Amino acid sequence: MDTVLDNLDVFVEGFTATLSLTALAAIGALLLGTLIAAMRVSPVPPLRWLGTLYVQSVRNTPLTVVFFLVVFGLPEVDVIVSFYRFAVIALTLYTAAFVAEAVRSGINSVATGQAEASRSVGMTFSQTLRLVVLPQAFANIVPPLASIFIALLKNTSIAYAFGIFEGTQAMNRLINEDGSAVIAIIASAALVYLGLALLSAAAFSVLERAVRPA
Amino acid sequence: MSESVLYDVQGPRARRRVLIGSIVGALLVAGLLVLAAQRLAANEQFDADLYEPFFNEPDLYRRLGAGLRNTLKAAAYALVLALLLGTILAFGRLSGRAWLRLPAVTVIEFFRGVPLLLLILFFFLAFPLAFRVTLPPLYALVFGLTLYNGAVIAEIIRAGVQSLPKGQTEAASAIGLTRGQTLRLVLLPQAVRIMLPALVSQLVVLLKDTSLGFVIGFEELLRIGGQAVQVLDNPIQLYVLIALIYITINLLLSRLASYLEGRQRRTYGDAAPAQWVESGLGQAGPAP
Repeated sequence: MDTVLDNLDVFVEGFTATLSLTALAAIGALLLGTLIAAMRVSPVPPLRWLGTLYVQSVRNTPLTVVFFLVVFGLPEVDVIVSFYRFAVIALTLYTAAFVAEAVRSGINSVATGQAEASRSVGMTFSQTLRLVVLPQAFANIVPPLASIFIALLKNTSIAYAFGIFEGTQAMNRLINEDGSAVIAIIASAALVYLGLALLSAAAFSVLERAVRPA
Repeated sequence: MSESVLYDVQGPRARRRVLIGSIVGALLVAGLLVLAAQRLAANEQFDADLYEPFFNEPDLYRRLGAGLRNTLKAAAYALVLALLLGTILAFGRLSGRAWLRLPAVTVIEFFRGVPLLLLILFFFLAFPLAFRVTLPPLYALVFGLTLYNGAVIAEIIRAGVQSLPKGQTEAASAIGLTRGQTLRLVLLPQAVRIMLPALVSQLVVLLKDTSLGFVIGFEELLRIGGQAVQVLDNPIQLYVLIALIYITINLLLSRLASYLEGRQRRTYGDAAPAQWVESGLGQAGPAP
C-alpha cells in the first residue's frame, strides 16, 4: 500500500490522462456517431449504405485491431501524430459505431404517431427530426450512451499496450518499481477505475432524469 | 424504404430530390474513396509486393490459421468457464439470503466495472510476483475473460429470470418447491430461451476481447498478424485482412443472434415485455 501512497502523483498523472483520453474520444465519438446515425436514417440510399457498412464492420472488429490499423496503418499514408492522438483517433472511430447504433435505435423507439403527427402538420424531414423526434429520442439514448462511455473509459486501458502513459501504464510503472506490492497496486488501480465508472454512472443518471420528458 | 416514419411515401418531386441527393451522396462517397485511394497510391500502398504474400506465401495462412485456432480455443474455454461462473453468481444474486446476495452483487459489480485488461494483467503479472505461480498466457487470458464475462452473463441470467411472469414463481411455491428448486427447475429453463440472443451477442464481445491476448504474448490471431507485419512490412493490408476475419466470424454470430431474436418475437408476439427491452435482452448487438 505504501508504494501506492508514495507514488500518488504517478497515479494521479496517469488517471488524468485516462480521463482526458476518455473525454476527447467521447466528444469525437458523439459527433461522428450522430453523423453516422443521421446517415443511416436519411432517405438517401448511398449514405445509408455507407453508414450501415461502417457500423457493421467496426462493431464486429476488436478495438485492438482498430488500434493496430490506426497506429501502424496511418503512418504508412503519412499521417504521423503522437501516440496519444492515435489512441484518441482509434477510440473515437471504434466508439462512434456504438454511439451511432444507440442514436439510431433511440430514434426508432419514438412512437410512430409522433412522426406521423408532425408530418401531418406539414413539417419537413429535418423539422420532424429536429423538433419532434430527437428531443424525445434523447431520453432513450442517454442510458445506452452511459454504458458506452463507461466502456470507453475502461477501453482506454488498451492504450497502455502502445506505450501511452495513462492509468494502466502508471500501474505498470509502480509494479516495476516494487513488485512485492503488486496486488495492492493492481487493486488500487482497479478501485480507481471502478470509482470513475460509478461516478460517470451517477452523472448519467442525473442527466437521464433531467432529459426525460415529464 | 417505406418503413421509416420520418418521411412520407415519396411523390414524384420528393423522388426526384432523393435521386439528386443519392447522386450527390454517391459522388461524395466516391470522392472520399478517390481521395483515400490517391493518398494510398501516393504512398505506394498499391505496390504489388505488398499484396504478393497473400498469393504466394502459404506459410502466412498456416500461421494465421494457427493464430485463429488459438483465438477460438481461448474463446471456447472462457465461454464455458464464464457460463459456469455466471450461473453461480446469478444464483447468488437471486438468492433470498442476504449473505449470499451481497457478495454476489459486489463481485458482479466489481468485475463489470474494471477494465478487462487489468484482470488479465492481474493473472499475468501478479501471480508470478505474489504467489510464485507463473501462469501460461493462455490461462491468464482465459481467467481474465472468465471473470469479466462471468459477471456480465450473471446479469443477463438475472434479467432473463426476472422477465418471467410472476405467476411462475408463485405456482412453483404453491406446489411446495423451495426457492432453489424454483430457480433450477422452473425459472432457468424458461429464462435460457429468452436470454439466448443476449448470450450470443456477449459471445461476440468475448471473441473480440480475446485479441487482448497480444498484450501478454499469447499467440492469437492478432499477435500472429503483428509478427507477419514485421516480416512482410504491409501493416495496412494485413491488419485489414485480420479485421475481415474477425468481422466475418462475428457477423455470422450476430446473424445467429438476430435469428434467435426473430424466432423469439414470433413465439412471444411482437410486443416483447418491457423488462427485456430495458435490460437489453430484446436487442441483438454486441456491446463496446
